[in-house]
Amino acid sequence: MPDISRDEVSHLADLARIDLSDAELDHLAPQLAVILESIASISAVAADDVPPTSHALPLTNVFREDVARPGLTAEQALAGAPAVEEQRFMVPRILGEEA
Amino acid sequence: MSDLTRRTAAELVDALAAGETTSVEVTQASLDRIAEVDGAVHAFLHVDAEGALAAARAADERRASGTSASALDGVPIAVKDVLATEGLPTTCGSRILEGWVPPYDATVVARLRAAGLPILGKTNMDEFAMGSSTEHSAYGPTHNPWDLDRIPGGSGGGSAAAVAAFEAPLAIGTDTGGSIRQPGAVTGTVGVKPTYGGVSRYGLVALANSLDQAGPVTRTVLDAALLHEIIGGHDPLDSTSIDQPLPALVEAARQGATGDVKGLRVGVVKELTGEGYQAGVQQRFDEAVQLLVEAGAEVVEVSCPTFVHALATYYLILPAEASSNLAKFDAMRYGLRVLPEGVEAPSAEEVMRATRDRGFGDEVKRRIILGTYALSSGYYDAYYGQAQKVRTLISRDFAAAFEQADVLVSPTAPTTAFKLGEKLDDPLAMYLNDLATIPANLAGVPGISVPSGLADEDGLPAGVQVLAPALADDRVYRVGAALETLLTDRWGGSLLAKAPALEGASA
Repeated sequence: MPDISRDEVSHLADLARIDLSDAELDHLAPQLAVILESIASISAVAADDVPPTSHALPLTNVFREDVARPGLTAEQALAGAPAVEEQRFMVPRILGEEA
Repeated sequence: MSDLTRRTAAELVDALAAGETTSVEVTQASLDRIAEVDGAVHAFLHVDAEGALAAARAADERRASGTSASALDGVPIAVKDVLATEGLPTTCGSRILEGWVPPYDATVVARLRAAGLPILGKTNMDEFAMGSSTEHSAYGPTHNPWDLDRIPGGSGGGSAAAVAAFEAPLAIGTDTGGSIRQPGAVTGTVGVKPTYGGVSRYGLVALANSLDQAGPVTRTVLDAALLHEIIGGHDPLDSTSIDQPLPALVEAARQGATGDVKGLRVGVVKELTGEGYQAGVQQRFDEAVQLLVEAGAEVVEVSCPTFVHALATYYLILPAEASSNLAKFDAMRYGLRVLPEGVEAPSAEEVMRATRDRGFGDEVKRRIILGTYALSSGYYDAYYGQAQKVRTLISRDFAAAFEQADVLVSPTAPTTAFKLGEKLDDPLAMYLNDLATIPANLAGVPGISVPSGLADEDGLPAGVQVLAPALADDRVYRVGAALETLLTDRWGGSLLAKAPALEGASA
């Protein structure tokens, strides 16, 4: 059954874009193993023919008239930005040095 | 003046209508109470005295000119810090959103403003609503007004404590796995999780989209119904909003308050009682059920065998949805941006990693990693896919139970409030607090928690939960109000009257 190693937690943190320190990995990995063990029981509960439920109540797609509605102004949209330049979000470099 | 803070919202409405007081006086009384006790309780992350008083003045002007914006016009309210409030900070209890001021209102907030309720401020919560104690707030825990060394429940402990400490007559909470009902139980207050889709989620910072639902946090069932009728109903901005009128909730609460439950079929859920429930909590619950019997209800035991898997199901579905939702906190468009130390010209990805490490607390990291794991290829079918199937089985259990009973009942939380720090580093023990509340979220059905009394062993409040089929929110109000009447008649007053007086915070 599930056994989640420190390396695996490190890899998952990587996928989730969180820099975990060694101390955090030491702390979180065993806790995650305990949680996973306790929820693993679920894998044998439902028979193959049970349909999955993704949502509490049945949903049907909702359409609206294709008409313009007021939205945020550029100033409002940028109001919480960590950095702004020329009415745009300013972000750190996206490509590597070699690119 | 100070007694204004002890009044229920319905009483305040009457006092305002009779000209006995004004919205400015009522709002100022709440603000004074906050100034007096919130240093010790810490229910609020942000107080907006100026905005609240301006809204109160507007309400008084309407009243003077003979108009009214709603049934609760002029009654102040506190809002959980997970709902976007234009012009007011919205942090979700997280460092990653410290100081963020949204450029728009959540629909719930817009409806409160349109209905004339002055917004006193934003209440404390576990970070991104992940927790059952508010101890996961990045801004420090809220303290239970019954015993300041104990947790007020979570994630909406701030809203429940604000109402229990008489800092606000009304509050808004959100309930993903019990975050309205469990804090209600451990603080001796009332909390309602509406039917999924009954209250708009637009502007509610999502924890788990398929489970989240905002609802009333109050001191009485009638107050909750009054508030629910204002915030509920269809919203075109939320694609999961139910496009149907709400049932008559206030009418149901008034009818229930007569205490007459003749012919009502009440199902006691076998899997949500007994083992794992504190003796005093179980005892108060059993007595509440007995009162319903004496008042004419027919009680049957129902079995929902899949409920024993609800907790595991929830802790797969919730982290999966949460890890995906929280991906938007990427340090680019809003919120915190942290530059990694010792890196020259860091890349966007490096900034993202450093920011998410610094900005998220332990519990959020745990759940993001768990969700990332559950959604990984190779594990998806075994975990997330399986959890979705069990979710179907839980809904089927509810459907079968509601063929035998009009409402289902259980203790709301398995224990009374525990000590701050007691379960902080034991995630599994913390998760068990939501054992009885989680099934309703997975199936989308409505639920209420009302105080059931004080547990003998510790003198702390416990709650009884009433669940009804989807869209039948009126039933939880009817039965909740009946229980409230039967119990308060027995106690000779509200449970909160027994709470120790809070010393004014001198600091």
